[in-house]
Amino acid sequence: MWEFIHKFGSPPHFWRLSGAMIPWFGWIALVLIMVGTVGGLWIAPPDYQQLDAFRIIYFHVPSAWLSQFGYVLMAMAAAVGLVWRIKLAHAVAAACAPIGASFTVVALATGSIWGKPMWGTWWVWDARLTSTLVLLFLYFGYMALRAAIDDENRADRASALLAIIGVINIPIIKYSVEWWNTLHQPATISKLGKPAMDPSMLIPLLVMWLGFTFFFFAVLMVRTRGEIIARERNKKWLRDVIGRD
Amino acid sequence: MEFLTFGKYTWYVWSSAILTFVVLLANVYLARRRLQSRIDMARRRLAAEEV
Repeated sequence: MWEFIHKFGSPPHFWRLSGAMIPWFGWIALVLIMVGTVGGLWIAPPDYQQLDAFRIIYFHVPSAWLSQFGYVLMAMAAAVGLVWRIKLAHAVAAACAPIGASFTVVALATGSIWGKPMWGTWWVWDARLTSTLVLLFLYFGYMALRAAIDDENRADRASALLAIIGVINIPIIKYSVEWWNTLHQPATISKLGKPAMDPSMLIPLLVMWLGFTFFFFAVLMVRTRGEIIARERNKKWLRDVIGRD
Repeated sequence: MEFLTFGKYTWYVWSSAILTFVVLLANVYLARRRLQSRIDMARRRLAAEEV
């Protein structure tokens, strides 16, 4: 186990592995997102209540999922980096932030566009929307803190603390629709129980969700490579790789 | 072209789709640009040390 962690935490190993995996993840994501888009926009039937407006779900839900998953992954990587002093973990955490923030923007914007015809307003200060906005500010805060500290090691440690503290917001987002009265509908898909959607609507959503997840990891690996260069620029292996590529 | 319309929700559906795809493409572009700029910077550093 320790050997595995040590090997996986090794930047040269990650550099080689990610170099081979990025094209695969990228192409799989492209195919899945194309299939999911066609399925969501043209094959799934209109909703009996929301008609065609429900099709926004195919962009909103995968983005919202990744906005939260990205933060949890960032906080976990930051914690691993802080506890075991693994540089690669800090690099992954730093790479998660801009991607997660961009998906949070998409989740908020598509939610707002969906809200206008369904609720009659672009925005309400209810628990789900407000906690998701807080998530976006947490991402911004994390990136701003990193940018404000020149020394990479100090930036890693300080931003890791912020990421770990901010993870408290994730269960608040998740359970906000149960704890408070809100305009936002409850979870469409949950681990327990039958999904509230017909398979003809659900399958394109799952395909989109998978496609977005592959996309996230493809971009994450590219960004992590950039972070590795910043941290390992004096190492011989990187000099060899940079000189050779 | 009727398949491109979604009743009275066409604008809402397409603006959500386009916004999502723009952000996905921006993610790819910015991540690749950042990686390339770091590689270029590291190469310049390496070249300066060799001189």
